[in-house]
Amino acid sequence: MPILSLSDVSKSFGALQVARAISFDLEKGEALGIIGPNGAGKSTLFNLITGNLQVDAGRIHFEGRDITRVPAEKRCLMGFGRSFQIPQPFEKLTVFENLVVAGAFGSNLPENQVTGLCAEILVECGLIDRANDPAGSLTLLQRKRLELARSLATSPKVLLLDEIAGGLTEAECHALVETIRAIHARGVSIIWIEHVLHALNSVVSRLLVLDFGKVIGLGEPGEIMASREVREIYLGIEI
Amino acid sequence: MIWIDTIIQGILLGGLYALFAAGLSLVFGIMRLVNLAHGDLIVLGAFLILVLVTALGLNPFLATLVAIPLMFALGWGLQLVILNRTLGDDILPPLLVTFGLSIVIQNGLLEGFSADSQRISAGALETASIPLGPVTVGVMPLLTFLSALAVIVALNQLFYRTSLGRAFRATSDDPVTAGLMGIEPNRIFAVATGIAFVVVTIAALYLGTRANFDPTIGPARLIYAFEAVIIGGLGSLWGTLAGGIIIGVAQTVGAAINPEWQILAGHVAFLVVLAVRPRGLFPKGL
Repeated sequence: MPILSLSDVSKSFGALQVARAISFDLEKGEALGIIGPNGAGKSTLFNLITGNLQVDAGRIHFEGRDITRVPAEKRCLMGFGRSFQIPQPFEKLTVFENLVVAGAFGSNLPENQVTGLCAEILVECGLIDRANDPAGSLTLLQRKRLELARSLATSPKVLLLDEIAGGLTEAECHALVETIRAIHARGVSIIWIEHVLHALNSVVSRLLVLDFGKVIGLGEPGEIMASREVREIYLGIEI
Repeated sequence: MIWIDTIIQGILLGGLYALFAAGLSLVFGIMRLVNLAHGDLIVLGAFLILVLVTALGLNPFLATLVAIPLMFALGWGLQLVILNRTLGDDILPPLLVTFGLSIVIQNGLLEGFSADSQRISAGALETASIPLGPVTVGVMPLLTFLSALAVIVALNQLFYRTSLGRAFRATSDDPVTAGLMGIEPNRIFAVATGIAFVVVTIAALYLGTRANFDPTIGPARLIYAFEAVIIGGLGSLWGTLAGGIIIGVAQTVGAAINPEWQILAGHVAFLVVLAVRPRGLFPKGL
């Protein structure tokens, strides 16, 4: 049974259709990459999965359960973690507090039972030496890492990463990929939206291509990147 | 000597204004909701305490302890059922709804208690005083000030030392992201308003024992509360106490010069701070 399953999910903003009958399954422990041109509806798809936006049509199942109408905060408790494309830390809280809030409320545990986990995550994500600084004082790389760390603190079963490698230097990107690989190796299922393809392809085993809210390709990364349609639409190469 | 006495009385009066303001500051800080009914809610709390005192023969302090859970429940319910629906990008709906609530409370109280002015009797405590160095201070004003200190210390502890407080601050920062961390902003807001109503009840005790009150005096208390919050800087509870003290001292000093200047002096002090430091003395986010 897939851990997450979307069937014919659609969403429109007025006349603009941002998701057109999207269907795919995510297997437990799988890492799936999502690519597509800007405005293809990738972040919207995440909003539909996390419940920040309600679908107009179609169903979403998580571990076999229909969650189409479950609100965002309940979905978080069920096991969804999400990092934003533009980092959204709680700027006035310290880095550690950002994680503690996520850990305590995201898994319904008292604070003193999550502080250990939060400290481990900070070490893993390379933020432990900034633990007591306000999150608003972090650099871009650190904010991206905090996004990842905070979503991990909710003990997610499915981790949704939105362009987490964008804007990083080569070395920073490499270090982040190593962290994500380690998280994946622990059995966390991952859906990752990314434009930095070499980073993405070193983690995911399947790629899904979105264009104008529609799935136009789903399969092995090599196969997808070789397909004519994807090269035309996504890479802009005239063949 | 008379000046020291005047200033100390002003500081103690500032404690009362800080109590008026703390609940307002709390609600504004967490959900950016300006509660125009805040003054009327303090008067409502005072009438509730009065009813408990007269009907059950309770001591006012005991009656306040009984009133606190009732007021918490009222605030919690009000936020959940009405005020949460007004929150959003537009700041007008909460202003209109709380303004309406202010009218409803005033007229409800007029209907129930008439326009007669009332007073909660604190017995011998009302006139008790203790020597404090060169001056003598009333026990009730001192208790008011100490209560204000206790409320502000307790709220600060709540904000910075507890799980609930971190949820308050996270939700205040970004309700949508807080939702993704498993926090339900609407429930968090309801608890916050409940806590603000607890502070309102404590303010009501000292409002009702200090001087006469009637159903229509709420808006005047609201003005002092607003001024204290703005002098102190939005989001800072210690700033709110400082703001209350500045208004209190300005009023007593004004009154010492000429009794007609008491209220005016408080407002002038507010305007001076607003002109010199428009963001308040200690501005910061909650």
